[in-house]
Amino acid sequence: MTTLTLPTRKAEEWRYSDLDALATVWPTPAPTRIDVAAGESARHHLLQDAADGAAAVHDYAISIADGARCDFHVLNIGGKFGRVTFAVTLGKGSHFELNGAIIGGGSQVLEIITKVTHAEPDATSGQTIRSILGQHATGSYLGSINVARNAQRTDAFQSVKAMLLDRTATANAKPELEIYADDVKCAHGATVGELDRQALFYMASRGMDPATAKTLLMKAFVAGVFDDVVDEAVKDSLEAAALAKLETLV
Amino acid sequence: MLTIENLTNEIDGKAILKGLSLSINAGEIHAIMGPNGAGKSTLAYTLGGRPNYEVTGGTATFEGKDLFELEPHERAAAGLFLGFQYPVEIPGVSNLQFLRESLNSQRKARGEEPLSGGEFIKRAKEKAGLLGLDMEMLKRPVNVGFSGGEKKRAEMVQMGILDPKLAILDETDSGLDIDALKIVGAGINAIMRKPDKAVLLITHYQRLLDYVKPDFVHVLAAGRIVKSGGPELALELEREGYAEVVAA
Repeated sequence: MTTLTLPTRKAEEWRYSDLDALATVWPTPAPTRIDVAAGESARHHLLQDAADGAAAVHDYAISIADGARCDFHVLNIGGKFGRVTFAVTLGKGSHFELNGAIIGGGSQVLEIITKVTHAEPDATSGQTIRSILGQHATGSYLGSINVARNAQRTDAFQSVKAMLLDRTATANAKPELEIYADDVKCAHGATVGELDRQALFYMASRGMDPATAKTLLMKAFVAGVFDDVVDEAVKDSLEAAALAKLETLV
Repeated sequence: MLTIENLTNEIDGKAILKGLSLSINAGEIHAIMGPNGAGKSTLAYTLGGRPNYEVTGGTATFEGKDLFELEPHERAAAGLFLGFQYPVEIPGVSNLQFLRESLNSQRKARGEEPLSGGEFIKRAKEKAGLLGLDMEMLKRPVNVGFSGGEKKRAEMVQMGILDPKLAILDETDSGLDIDALKIVGAGINAIMRKPDKAVLLITHYQRLLDYVKPDFVHVLAAGRIVKSGGPELALELEREGYAEVVAA
């Protein structure tokens, strides 16, 4: 990400990107650094709601020292191309938790790319991503977990679920594990689905109009992503932005 | 209230209902019985407007409106309630939210003001009490983790809150033990046994009819009503079996 040459789709982490849009903001600035000192806890969030047609790239380099913890909440909904990347290095016994939602319509290309390195033993990490994509939008999650040789007792998971509102929308989910230690627990799951037709008919049979029913099901799908945001004002702003975006998709 | 004439339909190109006629007036309770595969559930879903249940002929007039011209949610707003044989689970949406949105959608469609939160909770508590369902259950996601009996009771709580004119109840008695059957039966009577309301009960068995006494009983076989009578017909069916009665 430090090179000044515009990336190509040959590079895995740019494979689904909108490179034309990227060119308008290239080169992107150096990553935002977050260093969490030993034993500390940090909470961060990002609401990526760039204007229509804009390109937005947010890169984070996060270093979590021994026994520390970092919680990150991200809502990726804005712009023509919205990309958020995390390069995370975990110290001994530390924890990283990423909760993210991607909600896209039109011809938006939205992506979350993570590279989590368990460099030392006893660290844990969790990544939960929910995507809702309509029209011709593309939403991608590319997540790699790297477990170093001495990073014994690593416990990591990735949970990725996408919902497509139209057959013309695309979801990419690519969890990748590279494990060199032998006492490791790494779980990953990825699903792509649609709105539950049976639930929609059930709701209609009770008198709910289709737009309300769809919005409720979509809200339920992303519910939980922002549940553990501690700052109520931040939580409200993320949830309100997510709901407003969902309402544009029905 | 509901007049069905010569209704035919298809699911995935297969004809199920083959000229079904039935008339239900306000104040009446009708029961439809029949063997497996006769088209009983198909009738319920077709009247409810389930996608893929294609009407190929005939008419259904509900309160003066052409039922088949209405979308499923518009049918509900017009006063139709469909009780599901297999109520659907909706993770992440609480019963209370589900019902409040449904009720207010209906009220909006009818040009009525939405019910306030307080009024809604009062109504929900009253109907849950009627069916012996803990209010805590209504705070949980729709039907998720509910037993078969709880789902059926929750359906009747929904019916009570939505207060329809006509309830079509598809095997509401299935999956109920005797105690639950009594409670559900009493619930149906309390909510729907009124001069301006009507019920169409779809059932395999006589036992629900011990608690909800029908005014008319119909036998549905091979997509058509082949016999109609009073409550005594249900007893005759129970005693002699469908084959005997249908052949007679």
